[in-house]
Amino acid sequence: MAEEKGLVIGVLALQGDFAVHQKMLAGLGVETILVRSPKEVAAVDALIIPGGESTTIGKLMRRFGLDEAIYQRVTEERMPLYGTCAGLILMAKEIEGSDQLRLGVLDVTVARNAFGRQVESFEANIALPELGEPPVRGVFIRAPYVTKAAESVQALGRFEEKIVAVRQGHLLGTAFHPELTDDTRVHAFFAALARESRNRS
Amino acid sequence: MESYETQKSTWRTKVGLAEMLKGGVIMDVVTPEQAIIAEEAGAVAVMALERVPADIRVHGGVARMSDPKMIREIMQAVTIPVMAKARIGHFVEAQILESLGVDFVDESEVLTPADEQHHINKHAFKVPFVCGCRDLGEALRRIGEGAAMIRTKGEAGTGNVVEAVRHMRAVMSGIRRLQSMSPDELMVAAKEMQAPYDLVVEVHQTGKLPVPNFSAGGIATPADAALMRQLGAEAIFVGSGIFKSSDPKKRAHAIVSACTYYDRPEILAEVSMELGEPMNSIDIRQLDEKQLMAMRGW
Repeated sequence: MAEEKGLVIGVLALQGDFAVHQKMLAGLGVETILVRSPKEVAAVDALIIPGGESTTIGKLMRRFGLDEAIYQRVTEERMPLYGTCAGLILMAKEIEGSDQLRLGVLDVTVARNAFGRQVESFEANIALPELGEPPVRGVFIRAPYVTKAAESVQALGRFEEKIVAVRQGHLLGTAFHPELTDDTRVHAFFAALARESRNRS
Repeated sequence: MESYETQKSTWRTKVGLAEMLKGGVIMDVVTPEQAIIAEEAGAVAVMALERVPADIRVHGGVARMSDPKMIREIMQAVTIPVMAKARIGHFVEAQILESLGVDFVDESEVLTPADEQHHINKHAFKVPFVCGCRDLGEALRRIGEGAAMIRTKGEAGTGNVVEAVRHMRAVMSGIRRLQSMSPDELMVAAKEMQAPYDLVVEVHQTGKLPVPNFSAGGIATPADAALMRQLGAEAIFVGSGIFKSSDPKKRAHAIVSACTYYDRPEILAEVSMELGEPMNSIDIRQLDEKQLMAMRGW
């Protein structure tokens, strides 16, 4: 795939299910690197923040200077960023009832563990009109959802009225984990967004 | 065919939570205060229990599931997942833990086994389980019973990593051995390992365990954590190693960083500086076979 040449998507690999994200991108023919340092943040065209524990990933980002590096590239260079579950929480401007570290780049408020503890974790079909038919199988694990979104934020998908997938320009977030399924469409959508952004700059 | 219904507690959500814990540190805590320290240090989860393994060793007697009230207080104190231990084969303790809403049940050799023949049928639960193993056959038996995560046992409460290393090497070399076999040889391998045939075939084909593979039992320093990661552990359990050391907060921070940067010696050196005294440690060779927790379960 000639048009893929040169595009590099990083996967933040401080903690969480980064390996399955990397595998999914590799399956789409996208070059990836695992990102654990500010230097590696500078080397990618776009970045995925995986699922994991948002408090753990946040603390490690701060401890090793990645929060600033990512924040700068996302706000100043409009680097595309996609977060799943913990990643969505870390991108959000507001987190209900929490002062934990976040990048605060996405104009939404999220509630953590909003569907309950692990025994309430579930799978459901989520219609994402942007991706066409059929719906994606959403895997929700101690998942958050978006309780408030700015006007510039597009709600891409809902589960029982609750917003579980959003896009704001170059920023994409899902409360669920496409990387735990075989459906590559969300990652392909993000890769297309990353490619478009790269060709523009 | 994917189901079109909404389903709770599927195999994918169970193994999925284990996936989310990868690269992290799960810390034993005995009070809500310790749980908060663990969370602030960057733990991905806490294991709520009344006594850490080092104290269970000293205390002796029968070690059982912890007081549900204490587990609930820890669940209320932190936002990260909370695990708790049930005795091997004690499915009623597991039912109680599930009803409390803990996020993972550890069917653990650290407690006194309740059944010397059968482990818990873990498929029957909504809550995911983690189980210990000493080799690949034991890991696959537990997965066959429904464990969504495996941890090598090591020897809990000793502060000595030697058994954790032995068990992780046994699992990883067992995997490599299966991978290199001809498909014709897999049934005999399953027979010898006393492991379910379909799981033996799966490991042969994929070259890895069907569920995440973590390490426990004897990890006391950042270097120990990084050693286990380099040997193939995808995350680390630290039991007595943190809150039995002289500076738990600092050591917890350091082990969390070491688990992420396990292959970066310069960072490991940095985080290993001035941690104070590690927990009191035991030479395994000084223990009687009866005192070995890893021998519990089969």
